[in-house]
Amino acid sequence: MPRRIRDAAIVGIAEYPKRKAPGVSALQIKADSASRALADAGLSWKDVDAIYDAGEAGVMSGLSISEYFNIKPDVIDTTMVGGSSYEYHAIHAGGAISQGRAKVALLTYGSTAHSNMLAIGAGGMSRGVSPAENMESPWGSTLIANYAMVAHRHMFDYGTTSEQLAEIAVATRAHAMRNPDAVQAMTDLEFMDIRELSIEDVTNSRIIADPLHLLECCMISDGGGAVVIASADVARDTPKDPVWILGGGEATKYPENGGDITVSAGAQSGPTAFGEAGVTPSDIDIAMIYDSFSITVLTILEDLGFCKKGEGGAWVEGGRLRFDNANGPALNTDGGGLSSNHPGMRGIFLLIEATRQLRGESLAQVEGAQLAVAHGNGGSLGSRHSAGTVILGRD
Amino acid sequence: MADVKRPLPKLADPDTGPFWEATKKHELRYQTCDACSGIVFFPRSHCTHCLGQKLSWRISKGDGTIYTYSVVRKNYHPYFAKRAPYAVAWIDLDEGFRMMSNIVGVEDPIREIKVGQRVRVEWEDQEELSLPMFRPI
Repeated sequence: MPRRIRDAAIVGIAEYPKRKAPGVSALQIKADSASRALADAGLSWKDVDAIYDAGEAGVMSGLSISEYFNIKPDVIDTTMVGGSSYEYHAIHAGGAISQGRAKVALLTYGSTAHSNMLAIGAGGMSRGVSPAENMESPWGSTLIANYAMVAHRHMFDYGTTSEQLAEIAVATRAHAMRNPDAVQAMTDLEFMDIRELSIEDVTNSRIIADPLHLLECCMISDGGGAVVIASADVARDTPKDPVWILGGGEATKYPENGGDITVSAGAQSGPTAFGEAGVTPSDIDIAMIYDSFSITVLTILEDLGFCKKGEGGAWVEGGRLRFDNANGPALNTDGGGLSSNHPGMRGIFLLIEATRQLRGESLAQVEGAQLAVAHGNGGSLGSRHSAGTVILGRD
Repeated sequence: MADVKRPLPKLADPDTGPFWEATKKHELRYQTCDACSGIVFFPRSHCTHCLGQKLSWRISKGDGTIYTYSVVRKNYHPYFAKRAPYAVAWIDLDEGFRMMSNIVGVEDPIREIKVGQRVRVEWEDQEELSLPMFRPI
């Protein structure tokens, strides 16, 4: 794939500050975030000519979201691949802008998963609607067990330990403690110990589905956000420095006879994205990787090529992923899904915090950060899932 | 409150319904392609290896290996909540297909189940079908 030229950039971002928002609708969260992201970009509703929506706030959202915002876009994209939808939206928006079909794209997300008491993690996960799911509905596998089965096989094949997996939760909590919205989130969601964690804190927390402990699992919050992506000529006049979309990759993975459950769809989307951007994982300062669970991050770090398959456990040891450790990329510097927010599909926050870092606005800022990867994982890591990898860079 | 039942697959599903119908006879079925002999599982009406559209049903001996597993400690579903801790697993059947199931017949699933363990099918009879479970051997 040829190198991508710098013709589309993130120019506006907003994150909905609350993680517990009773009485507010998902659509209201989307609109609140959209208006603040447009203001951040120095733009307004009338400037938007492309809309991206995962349909999380209503059916046939390609029709309804434009009306709710009162915009008349020329490009409408309702790609829905779970939590990675927003990485796909960013890639698609970059493509539409490259083709000259749009100049200002708006991505929004809103969810009231917490207030609706959605039992995502330990609820029955199979809706039994597809033939594949009709084979999996009777066994009582939860979402957490689905991911836990990846962890068990990773441990079996490579000797990975719970202590190594805990490093991921420890790093993201350290970042969350610097983020007042994340601290408030943990307070509102009644976390027991709101402080930096030790490895032992994680491995001593109760097991939800072997081998995953409570503190290796993301929270279930309300929340949302918005991202504005614009063409280079629009980006020239926006108030904040543009964050360029340098590369993108998409992929799916599903259970196969004889397949390797420890390899995610990221092994396919990653090389595509890095190839288009013309950079390698060792160039990356910021790794925004969907942390639904500890094992999600570990496998994706390997699949993106930060280290070899199976070496992730040893690679993350010693706090390598902390923002103040220069030996590796900083992981989820907003606190991630583990310690800041997870309203069900947190892919948009990966783009938002990566943008903060490349603007120099993060609360766990990596000095001089130049390149970030945002990698969303949608669906379930241990069975069918999607991957969206986006490489972002500053001028 | 009436006892909540285990969620069961749909017998009416055009692809996987015949698999579940056969479980009444305690047959663990998979498919092979008449053209390329490739194994298809989960069941479908087309070959996923070649462009063949004619598949034949085969009956597995029901012996396999635990590819990976998890012991579920918490499930909000009332049927499973009462049964936790219990084990879910992906099983590699000797014929070459992989399916999800439960591991049964162990006193302490947290300590007794291992990746790579050999298992054999056994059946839990329901009203309209039987569920293939696996027991370590």
